Amino acid sequence: MTSVVISCVFTWTGIDRAALGVLGAGQRLAQELSGRHTILILGSPSDDLVAEVARFADCVQVMSDPMLANYHSETTLTALTEACRQLNPAVILLGNDSYCQEMAPRLAHRLKGSATGDALSLKAEGEAVLVTRSVYGGKALATFALRRKPAVIWVRARAYDPARPQDASAEIVHMQLKIEEDQRVVLIDRQTQPQDAARLEDARVIVSGGRGLGGPEPFTHLQSLASAMGAQVAASRAACDAGWVPAGWQVGQTGKKVAPELYLAIAISGASQHIMGIADAKTIAAINLDPDAPIFHHCQFGLVDDYRKVVGPLREKIIELLA
Amino acid sequence: MNIVVCLKQILDPEMPSRDFRIDAATREADRGTAGLVMNIFCANALETALQFREQHGGKITVVAFGTSSAEEILRKALALRVDTAVLVQHDFAQRPNPWVAARVLAATIRKLGDFDIILTGRESGDWGDGQTGGLLAEEFSWPCVSFADQLNTDATKPGLVKIRRQTDQGSETVEANVPLVITVTNNDQNVPRIAKTRDVMQAFRQPLTNWSLADIGLDKQSLEECLTGTEVVELTIPIKQAHCELVTGETLEERIAGLAQRIVAVVQSA
Ligand SMILES: Cc1cc2nc3c(=O)[nH]c(=O)nc-3n(C[C@H](O)[C@H](O)[C@H](O)COP(=O)(O)OP(=O)(O)OC[C@H]3O[C@@H](n4cnc5c(N)ncnc54)[C@H](O)[C@@H]3O)c2cc1C
Ligand SMILES: Nc1ncnc2c1ncn2[C@@H]1O[C@H](COP(=O)(O)O)[C@@H](O)[C@H]1O
Repeated sequence: MTSVVISCVFTWTGIDRAALGVLGAGQRLAQELSGRHTILILGSPSDDLVAEVARFADCVQVMSDPMLANYHSETTLTALTEACRQLNPAVILLGNDSYCQEMAPRLAHRLKGSATGDALSLKAEGEAVLVTRSVYGGKALATFALRRKPAVIWVRARAYDPARPQDASAEIVHMQLKIEEDQRVVLIDRQTQPQDAARLEDARVIVSGGRGLGGPEPFTHLQSLASAMGAQVAASRAACDAGWVPAGWQVGQTGKKVAPELYLAIAISGASQHIMGIADAKTIAAINLDPDAPIFHHCQFGLVDDYRKVVGPLREKIIELLA
Repeated sequence: MNIVVCLKQILDPEMPSRDFRIDAATREADRGTAGLVMNIFCANALETALQFREQHGGKITVVAFGTSSAEEILRKALALRVDTAVLVQHDFAQRPNPWVAARVLAATIRKLGDFDIILTGRESGDWGDGQTGGLLAEEFSWPCVSFADQLNTDATKPGLVKIRRQTDQGSETVEANVPLVITVTNNDQNVPRIAKTRDVMQAFRQPLTNWSLADIGLDKQSLEECLTGTEVVELTIPIKQAHCELVTGETLEERIAGLAQRIVAVVQSA
């Protein structure tokens, strides 16, 4: 029997870089398994969206229902489970956004499969799927063999090469499933960042601040430095926990996973858990008072000094150079 | 409300990378001289429960599944004045993965009685699985709200809790019926408190329930299917090859100019 590899696409995210990464991972894994790459679109997709993803798979299964237009922890999971059940997959791939992370283990449990997440790489080996990911807060790398099917895996989506258009066009199937709305959890408010604020995950340049800044006020100086560089501002967990900046700014193992061209860490020590969030950054630079700070083991360049003496003049100099 | 908080003991995740070793044969971290601590997100979950009890009353039970050393984190929780502490002991050579943990925790919680809310951390600082909370919800067929950072309830709406949770794009507030599972993430409001010295002393005299797997109606064999679904086949320490060039210069001004040049070069080629 041909193995089915499902890559999931949700219409609330659409086809962004992360989705293309998931589809790329699914496409390549299906090839390795000589299997069938099936894209499952869940939500309320437009015909254009269906046509767009159809280039990347052998089959597109569309699960469309107005009730599924927005994410709901229970209803979406039930729909996803029922859809997957019909397709009898060997592997189900999801992205690593918070919704997918929330659903993946539960989906695996319902389908009596296995699960693991934040996958950095995937490989088929016989009947098992081998998944490599960081463990111990980034201090070690583990490879897991997922032996019970389906293997439900959420992947470090943006780190995967995007899917490539295939020659033959995909079969498109509209699934007919009756799903009931789950009333046990009711969404009463959704706060999203303003549309114009670019996502940290997609930022090309990031200036990030840590506990060494000593308070919320210095973040305004980082903000002006960032503006001069066309950068976004982020932070370490310590700075977020202190309440200096919103929790959504946290970068790291349990924060955003970013992949900018440049990540400038200011007064951040470089704990392994923080580094896990910037592993995909092209260039890392740091300003830190302590020459022995671990961050310098991960940098291409840096400056040892007090940020208070550096940030203002640095901004001036950068503006001058960019003019 | 009756709340359970699941607490896991882990190798101190703040130990410096240079001291970190692994045992390639067992595919586990080598403990060395590092300490064992309560997983930070479990501490955030416990803090959330303590604040909830302060405002709305109720009882807090803490449960840990681990080796005998895990008694320490339960004593820590007792020092923060939780009502009941339960340790389910194992002597597995293999790490009990989240599927095993969820099965064991579910059996433990069933035996303890009826609860409204189960709190877990969003993930463990050792293996970083982030699965146990969701799996527990499935064991009970309860809903699950993940990455929560605020928990409230309103006396006029019995049986309902209000939860704020973090999402990639911001946050959501949901209202949910109990019983349910909530996984907790950090924010500036649930930074763990520190116990009073007197309470720490007293915690050592507090009763603590100690159960074996048999006490909750399980044995290693019944957990076999949970153990074999995923297997760690390799554990290595990645090699870092970054070479950091510290900008030099006679004066700070020169060094800042050097840094600016490097930054601008990268930004312009980006
Ligand atoms: C399970 C788990 C998950 C975690 N997830 C994350 C995560 O997602 N993201 C994250 O960031 N952390 C995470 N952490 C926490 C992490 O271990 C560190 O505690 C945290 O990253 C430290 O933040 P920091 O570097 O800002 O603070 P510190 O480690 O205190 O470092 C402050 C730095 O500032 C420097 N400094 C001080 N004053 C100045 C000055 N005037 N000028 C210049 N430099 C100065 C100091 O030399 C020091 O290096 C996690 C931890 C655990 C256990
Ligand atoms: N052995 C355990 N004992 C108690 N709680 C656990 C155990 N394993 C996992 N948990 C809970 O599940 C959360 C997530 O763990 P994990 O799925 O291992 O990342 C932890 O923060 C704990 O609250």
